[in-house]
Amino acid sequence: MRDVAIIGVGMNKWGEVWESTLRDMFVEAALESIKDAGVDHLDGMYVGSMTPGLFVGQEHIGSMLADYLGMKGLPGTRVESACASGGLALKSAVLEIASGHSDIILAGGVEKMTDCSGDDATYALATAADQEYEVFHGATFPGLYAMMARRHMHEFGTTREQLAHVAVKNHKNGAKNPKAQYPFEVTLEGVMTSVMVADPMRILDCSPITDGAACVIVADLETAKKYTNNPAVKITGFGHATDNIALHSRDSLTCLEATKLAGERAYKMAGRKPEDIDVCEVHDCFTIAEIMVIEDLGFFEKGKGGTGAESGETHIGGRIPVNTSGGLKSKGHPVGATGIAQAYEITTQLRGEAGDRQVEGAKVGLCQNMGGSGGSTVVHIMEVV
Amino acid sequence: MVGIVGYGAKIPRHRIKVEEIAKVWGADAPSYKRGLQLNEKSVPSPDVDTITLSVMAAKYALKRAGINGSEIGSVYVGSESHPYAVKPSGTVVAEAIGAVTDCHCADYEFACKAGSEAMFVNLGLVKSGFIKYGLSIGGDTSQGAPGDALEYSAAAGSAAFIMGTGDKVLAEIEHTFSFMSDTPDFWRREHEHYPQHGGRFTGEPAYFRTVKGASNAILERAGMKPSDFQFAVFHQPNGKFPMRVGKMLGFTKEQMETGWLSPWLGNTYSGASPMGLTAILDIAKPGDRIFMCSYGSGAGSDAFVWKVTDRLKEVQEMCPKTRVQLDEHKVYVDYGTYAKFRKKILKNK
Amino acid sequence: MFPSRPWRENPQRYRLEAQKCEKTGKVFFPPRLVAPGTLDASTLKPYNLPEDGEVYTFTVIEVPPSQFKDEAPYTVGIIELSDGTKITCQIADCEPDDIKIGMKVKIEFRRVQTHGEHGVLSYGFKAVPAIPGVTTV
Repeated sequence: MRDVAIIGVGMNKWGEVWESTLRDMFVEAALESIKDAGVDHLDGMYVGSMTPGLFVGQEHIGSMLADYLGMKGLPGTRVESACASGGLALKSAVLEIASGHSDIILAGGVEKMTDCSGDDATYALATAADQEYEVFHGATFPGLYAMMARRHMHEFGTTREQLAHVAVKNHKNGAKNPKAQYPFEVTLEGVMTSVMVADPMRILDCSPITDGAACVIVADLETAKKYTNNPAVKITGFGHATDNIALHSRDSLTCLEATKLAGERAYKMAGRKPEDIDVCEVHDCFTIAEIMVIEDLGFFEKGKGGTGAESGETHIGGRIPVNTSGGLKSKGHPVGATGIAQAYEITTQLRGEAGDRQVEGAKVGLCQNMGGSGGSTVVHIMEVV
Repeated sequence: MVGIVGYGAKIPRHRIKVEEIAKVWGADAPSYKRGLQLNEKSVPSPDVDTITLSVMAAKYALKRAGINGSEIGSVYVGSESHPYAVKPSGTVVAEAIGAVTDCHCADYEFACKAGSEAMFVNLGLVKSGFIKYGLSIGGDTSQGAPGDALEYSAAAGSAAFIMGTGDKVLAEIEHTFSFMSDTPDFWRREHEHYPQHGGRFTGEPAYFRTVKGASNAILERAGMKPSDFQFAVFHQPNGKFPMRVGKMLGFTKEQMETGWLSPWLGNTYSGASPMGLTAILDIAKPGDRIFMCSYGSGAGSDAFVWKVTDRLKEVQEMCPKTRVQLDEHKVYVDYGTYAKFRKKILKNK
Repeated sequence: MFPSRPWRENPQRYRLEAQKCEKTGKVFFPPRLVAPGTLDASTLKPYNLPEDGEVYTFTVIEVPPSQFKDEAPYTVGIIELSDGTKITCQIADCEPDDIKIGMKVKIEFRRVQTHGEHGVLSYGFKAVPAIPGVTTV
């Protein structure tokens, strides 16, 4: 398999983007990434999107977006793994290049979530859970993560305040991100007194509903040298794993097995260990998710993610900076685009272009993108060439 | 020997007091309480309906019968608050207890005597040998119109009886009698949400005439007197009517006390006298005779003479008893919650 | 909700019909067509879940999906049944403040969804506090 690198990145400003359609946002992000890479053509395209069908009634977007990118004829593929659709799009692009079949692929993600009522959006998101055995009974996504949080508190003594620390950190970072949906800080007090959604998850523990798109250009290392002035960011490893879709089927509610397995697979492929990672983007769909993920990726012992969040170790400048982009919490979570935006941030960090979010001397980065309540995870490890 | 081989009753957890209803409508609670002998009634939460109460009562009956759901040959549910106008409550009950697919099924309606009619029919089916075991259920989650007198009593509950023959019989049926006429004392037209009633016409010409008619006839047919019985239970739309008719017939308060649930339960309509019977069965002893007379507006009464066998004492403790469910761990709601539970509040469509 | 989807789940929702692997003892609810780790179902035998257990975890849903609008706030929990199997369902007849991990519960038959004025009613199971004499013996 050939070496693969990211040579260009692009994304629109995320938020409630009233003036743009799904195709508008995707094309905007795609053009930015193509320009950043300096390429003049693509060999193929993978788009991650959870459910354009339920959100805006549009399927077949592999074809539609190739068309609107002005590249009809291009092999376009839409991939889906709920909130891990973006990560899956990147993995798919990497494999196609590594196999030698193609040289330049666009891996993108997009979700348009505000062209429907809040109830319709909630319904669409809930399709990532077990319809007949979880959603049927009234479980919602905040509810599923709330149940995990309560168990984590019961088994390890994780506190309400520790959960809030995750939100505070991510907003602090997001305030420095011009592409973020909510570029402002929040306080611990503010998080802990915000409206209750599903006890103990409050509104400021939850990632928002967002419109957004993100794209990266992936190429083999030889081609990369021809095209780019930016340092190529090599994808040295990836891991993809699934877990029981329903929480109640899992052996433990406090361990995200798909994340653990995907992480192990990525570390093995990259020849890396958790302590080698200088910066990472993880899937903080809810504050408790970040706490469990940093344990399951090996950055903290199982059960110590809460104290870890409180300690400052995951801040910029700390031992293992997590979510320098602002994470899903502050940057936003247009479902299918998130995984790609994570790659956008890590690439930016490894190129040294993150401005006041920069992690000094970052050489090795990791992205962890998770679907549903942890039913699927895709992890990528990247390093500067 | 033909009779009941298993029984059970289910009462929801929530209650509302007469005072709470009276407060909203500016009525004089003490006079309702005195006049009708009602204190509080059961309230079904939105996830409880005639079907759910009937399933739970049926499961208790199966446990006491010591048989598998697949052995049930018929499921008949009598109610005036079936969740569907078309599609029987019985099919859901039959499916829930595993009586499907080899089973007869239909829903019954005869106001408050739908359940007791279903009891009579299954006695006949098992006696004739058409089926081995038949499940008869009387249950309701009836509604009273807001501010109407019936709102103080319309309650929720269900009783289930499995009829069979032979050694499993715990209460043998000795006599039955049914008395009916076309007497429109209480009715509900199709598509109407709440019933209508004839005020004082529901008393003497309807309830009393019919209950006395059936009761006197069965006593004569059986060659028995009220003093031959340890227990008696009558249809109990409120606390007052059953005590009054019982005394008129010659029964005592002591005989009627055990089955007299309505002062604290309210009127469970098709469940009323059947649930009274389950409360009696919970404590009755071998050899006891039980007098039962239901009443359904429209109007009719089913009378039964039961004799307790030795087997009853073996199964009484197997499932939650009626009086315990009625008296313990009650959760009181206010009128607003009650109105919301019972969908009495008009919302924007 | 088109009627065929809930109808197909009746054996599970009404009777808690599951499967047990005779090799590993593991229970599957709902039943499966293939035993995990194998390529067939030959070791999977019919098995009914027990109807008692305890609360493993729970949450109080304050922001409900539209079909549960009138019922919020309501409690959803994962119940660990007495045989170790875990299921997700609502916890009814109990104030949220009174629910603790480890609380003993009984499984009862309840209406789970109403589907407006016209739809087929969806019945299934909920957990209620196990109160001796009242909900359990």
